[in-house]
Amino acid sequence: MLSKEDVLKIAKLSKLEFEENEIEKFRTDLNKILEHMEELNSIDTSDIEPLFNVLDLKDRLRKDEVKESYIKKELLENAPEKDGDFIIVPKIVGNENTDN
Amino acid sequence: MELYKKTASEITEMIKNKEITSKEVTKYFLDRINLLEKKIGAFSNVLKEKSMESAEIYDNDNSEEKRKNYDSDLLFGVPVALKDNILSKGDLTTASSRILKNYKGIYDATVVERLKKAGVPLIGKANMDEFAMGSSNENSAIKPVSNPWDLSRVPGGSSGGSAAAVAAGQVPIALGTDTGGSIRQPASLTGTVGIKPTYGRVSRYGLIAFGSSLDQIGALAKSTEDLARIMQIIAGYDEKDPTTADVEVPNYLENINKDIKGLKIGLPKEYYTDELDENIKKVIDKAVKELEETGAEVREVSLPYTKYAISTYYIISSAEAASNLSRYDGVRYGVRGNNENIEDMYVESRSEGFGSEVKRRIMIGNYVLSSGFYDAYYKKASQVRRLIKNDFERVLEEVDIILIPTSPTTAFKKGEKNNDPMQMYLADIYTVSVNMAGLPAISVPAGFVNGLPVGIQMIGNYFKEDLLFNVSNVYEKKRGQIEYPEL
Repeated sequence: MLSKEDVLKIAKLSKLEFEENEIEKFRTDLNKILEHMEELNSIDTSDIEPLFNVLDLKDRLRKDEVKESYIKKELLENAPEKDGDFIIVPKIVGNENTDN
Repeated sequence: MELYKKTASEITEMIKNKEITSKEVTKYFLDRINLLEKKIGAFSNVLKEKSMESAEIYDNDNSEEKRKNYDSDLLFGVPVALKDNILSKGDLTTASSRILKNYKGIYDATVVERLKKAGVPLIGKANMDEFAMGSSNENSAIKPVSNPWDLSRVPGGSSGGSAAAVAAGQVPIALGTDTGGSIRQPASLTGTVGIKPTYGRVSRYGLIAFGSSLDQIGALAKSTEDLARIMQIIAGYDEKDPTTADVEVPNYLENINKDIKGLKIGLPKEYYTDELDENIKKVIDKAVKELEETGAEVREVSLPYTKYAISTYYIISSAEAASNLSRYDGVRYGVRGNNENIEDMYVESRSEGFGSEVKRRIMIGNYVLSSGFYDAYYKKASQVRRLIKNDFERVLEEVDIILIPTSPTTAFKKGEKNNDPMQMYLADIYTVSVNMAGLPAISVPAGFVNGLPVGIQMIGNYFKEDLLFNVSNVYEKKRGQIEYPEL
């Protein structure tokens, strides 16, 4: 069973924040969902290779040739804050970002 | 003229024969969108001017000679709606999420590029469950969509806008995406035909990702022939998407009327238990009987592991979603939280931008991927996924297609399952296993229960969309014309 602390920890990993009243709702919902998922424990999968992708694809290589790509101007059109050719973000260096 | 009752195929032929122009058709559907949009809410963005401009160009090119300059003339001049998670250059594409409310595509998705090269005007972006997460279309950040058969009910999700738009006759044909049933379930609930192709059959380049190993672009329409036409245009290898399959695309229309005598249909016993709604079972029994009358042979088969599909699906899809949605941090695009500290800016952008269902999936995803729980959940689910795929492969050696219900219920009331995510997830119980295995499947309207449509689902072997089109088309002819909703 997930505790309130567990929910807060996953929220932090997910870079999400919740109101106090939402936390309990999430805890209840997540526990109900995870409880349902427990049914998988009844299956013996000891010799089974996990399947991550249904197509048996091998790595594909493309030709190493110069092609036109998207230009900065168009990419920058969707940027929330910009200055000329640059995207502005809050200061990173020197701030105490302790997430690492 | 009641153009909304015509199929995309019929309208294409009318345009080619110059009985009507693409501009007239596009204008007709723009007017109908306008007329019904308040009731249905199927669109997040209507491309009024652009679609008319394209239609004019195609009208000028509507001669046998000039149509040869296009890659295909199978839907020439017929407007198509795109689900709001498929990028088109210069057009607002939001995945019906607040976090992308200002986002404009800076390039065309491969499917869009192919539609444009086939002379298809794009009429707008269809409303959807945010980031394609949902089974009712109540999770759109824009507005909920109503089912044209009963406006108090949901159209299904997440391609609910595409399905409702086709059912209401706001557009003849629409593209959708299917990660766990998001084309087939709304098709069933709105009385439309919908196909989820084999994983890798259609390029995902330019699709806003949800669960990358499961997502597939497909379409919804009024007839199987319409689906065959649009799939002919969009299917096939794309060097921009290394997960597309380099497998030849057959001519889907060539054998669509072929006799299905001797076709082997498997009915998996796990799907026909006492739990299946009796009225839905009656509709399916009738469809099976009709298929038998056209020469098919029916036998019982078994898919024992599919009962674990919902759990497996929600672990895998949420894990992939958590990973895919980590790119929304407010830095390069999307809505940005107003904070001076970068870490807090990420958190604020995401917390304000995502709706609660999306947050729930991100939370599940990060939990099942976190160290200590990876083996118990994600690895375990990926192992069970192989067992589910093995089940299908074994059965599809015995039979040509598998026939099951598409949805356990008809369209449910808005709000009915909103407070219980597990109940909502179970709405996809008959569709998710197909995505786990990557197989193609089609949902075809088979009848009504209390005035609400019921679909049957046919699952085929890898890259056998042509057989699905054949069986579905033969069945449609046998079943006869179905009604239209009164609006």
